[in-house]
Amino acid sequence: MPKMRYQQAVRLAMTEEMERDPNVFVCGEEVGQYQGTYRVTEGMLDKFGAKRVVDTPISEIGIAGLATGAAMAGLRPVAEFMTWSFALEAMDQLVNHAAKITYMSGGRIKCPVVFRGPAGVGTQLSAQHSQSMESWYAHAPGFKVVMPYSPQDAKGLLKTAIRDDSPVIFMEHAGLYGIQDEVSDDPDFCVPFGQAIVRREGKDCSLISYSRGVQMCLKAAETLSKDGIECEVIDLRTLVPLDMDTVVKSVNKTHRAVVAQEEWKNVSIGSEIAARIYEQAFDAMDAPIERVAGADVPMPYAKNLERAAIPTDTDVVAAVKRTLA
Amino acid sequence: MARTIAVNSREDHIKTEELQELYRLMLLIRRFEESVYQKFHENKIGGYLHRYDGQEALVAGVVPQLRLPGDYILCTYRDHAHALACGTSPRAVMAELMGRATGCAGGKGGSMHLIDPDRGFLGGDGIVGGPVPVALGVGFAIKYRGGNDVCVVYFGDGAMNQGGVHESMNMIGLYKLPVLFILENNQYAMGTAVSRSTGQPDFVMKAAAHGIKGEKVNGMDLFEVRSATRRALKHIRDKGESYFLEMSCYRFVGHGIGDDNTKAWTTYRSEQEVEEWKKKDPLLKFQAYLEEKGILDPAKIAKIEEQIHEEVMDAIQFAESSPEPPLDSLYDHVYS
Ligand SMILES: Cc1ncc(C[n+]2csc(CCOP(=O)(O)OP(=O)(O)O)c2C)c(N)n1
Ligand SMILES: [Mg+2]
Repeated sequence: MPKMRYQQAVRLAMTEEMERDPNVFVCGEEVGQYQGTYRVTEGMLDKFGAKRVVDTPISEIGIAGLATGAAMAGLRPVAEFMTWSFALEAMDQLVNHAAKITYMSGGRIKCPVVFRGPAGVGTQLSAQHSQSMESWYAHAPGFKVVMPYSPQDAKGLLKTAIRDDSPVIFMEHAGLYGIQDEVSDDPDFCVPFGQAIVRREGKDCSLISYSRGVQMCLKAAETLSKDGIECEVIDLRTLVPLDMDTVVKSVNKTHRAVVAQEEWKNVSIGSEIAARIYEQAFDAMDAPIERVAGADVPMPYAKNLERAAIPTDTDVVAAVKRTLA
Repeated sequence: MARTIAVNSREDHIKTEELQELYRLMLLIRRFEESVYQKFHENKIGGYLHRYDGQEALVAGVVPQLRLPGDYILCTYRDHAHALACGTSPRAVMAELMGRATGCAGGKGGSMHLIDPDRGFLGGDGIVGGPVPVALGVGFAIKYRGGNDVCVVYFGDGAMNQGGVHESMNMIGLYKLPVLFILENNQYAMGTAVSRSTGQPDFVMKAAAHGIKGEKVNGMDLFEVRSATRRALKHIRDKGESYFLEMSCYRFVGHGIGDDNTKAWTTYRSEQEVEEWKKKDPLLKFQAYLEEKGILDPAKIAKIEEQIHEEVMDAIQFAESSPEPPLDSLYDHVYS
């Protein structure tokens, strides 16, 4: 398998799907002539032309409406938000329209649209640009929510998203764009939704995460292993649908769990997963479930405060130790 | 006795001192921006960084015409110049850019979120179009309380394509609120030229569609900006209704530190185009005018350069020797 960056894997998924299906097109701010703000769509305008790589004004409501309406009329749009922070502008189109039209129509209308772009925190981008808000979308019935960690998953999950007949929220991580790994070049390779993957096996504690959170969990597991503590690291891959079977199976073995995420702690993915573990595997647990999350503050700019607001592998290590205390 | 000089518009007689102050302000902005670029590359400043080089007249021609505090200013993430023009000390601005406790937002905001409410500066906004709905509310509050203060809102050509901007302009036109719009038309929104972002590039006409009077201004000329602003402010203060100024200008550098570094800006505009606009440099043009009128000469210019250099160095020194915000302040200010 060829090695490529996460960012290239996303591009490859879109490119292959556009080659396969003439109804697939991409749109968004700076996706064409500028070659993509994060270079994700680099070269695509040249390859597919302006009909299928559509540069838009800075109009997120317009972008979301364009994609939603086009999907309702039979196309398969992949709309890019320059970052997920700017999708807040488009919340009504997303939540009240894209997510609901199938249900409101009694199933008579499909809305096969993918909204994608970088999410994640860091690099001193401060309050309005540095945040992770996956639980907002997971909260709204009608969306599938995908947050890949590896380049291989970025490709395989995006292909599944484009082929899915429901609206998919596809959140990449700007901090993962540069990581390189092997990625399948088989145009039929897809990663199904709702299947978590165990990235490291262990018997002492389950670390449950997704997106860049998986990186900090793997690092923490490495550190703890030196002390003889073996963690099992689960990468959820999709938050909706959520693969609780893999999680429950793991905690039945380890009897302890830490859920790790970059987003705020209050009313978050971690809250949901902890609640479901209690619902489905209460008797298996030997310690309270720990949650590692972003501090519940708008992201501060100053380096030291930002560092304090973003969770790290050290926080995961400490949380695991608390479950074992 | 202060000398008075008549410039292009009949009623504008500007005192020599004021001209010198305006020159000083524009030069400070230019040198400050150059220094922050340097500091970013020394890793002293993080996040995004958007410079105002080439657009100085939009601030120098407007902000000194305001009554601060009293009037209000809102602007975009391209906000260093606005803070300096409001009178926020270069020290407090530089310290904010370096994320220090002594910064104008205590290190919590950074480059895109400079703010100084004591001087009427309600801050830079990182969201394109974001300041305009806020200006609606500020304008509402001014009218509600009475008096003839004005809210000035700066936003970009790209921002004109935001839904919230048009909702707000409609309401500002409807309620007749004292808002002065300064559209910073620097020809591009990141890599997107105005002609590639709208089917109607006449921004003044768009304002008119919302019942707001306006005009186009050459934003590369300090005097034109200044006199248009004075007329607009008089209109707003007398009539209590808004006014729209579309100021054509050009950013001499990339959109932000990112495309500055990589020269990605060459993908959407030619070096030749940039050079053409640089010939109209508002700072150099103003300087040439002052020399021609005998207000400045090379020796005086060198002296002002020297003073500004010292001011910027002092700001840097102050910022670099200031402490980071205390760690236990992380949760401060989530609520009032
Ligand atoms: C709602 C929103 N969408 C996208 C962005 C990303 N972005 C930041 S600046 C910018 C270009 C804005 O151009 P313009 O309004 O012309 O202002 P300028 O930068 O030229 O001063 C974009 C797309 C953003 N900050 N907010
Ligand atoms: Mg612009």
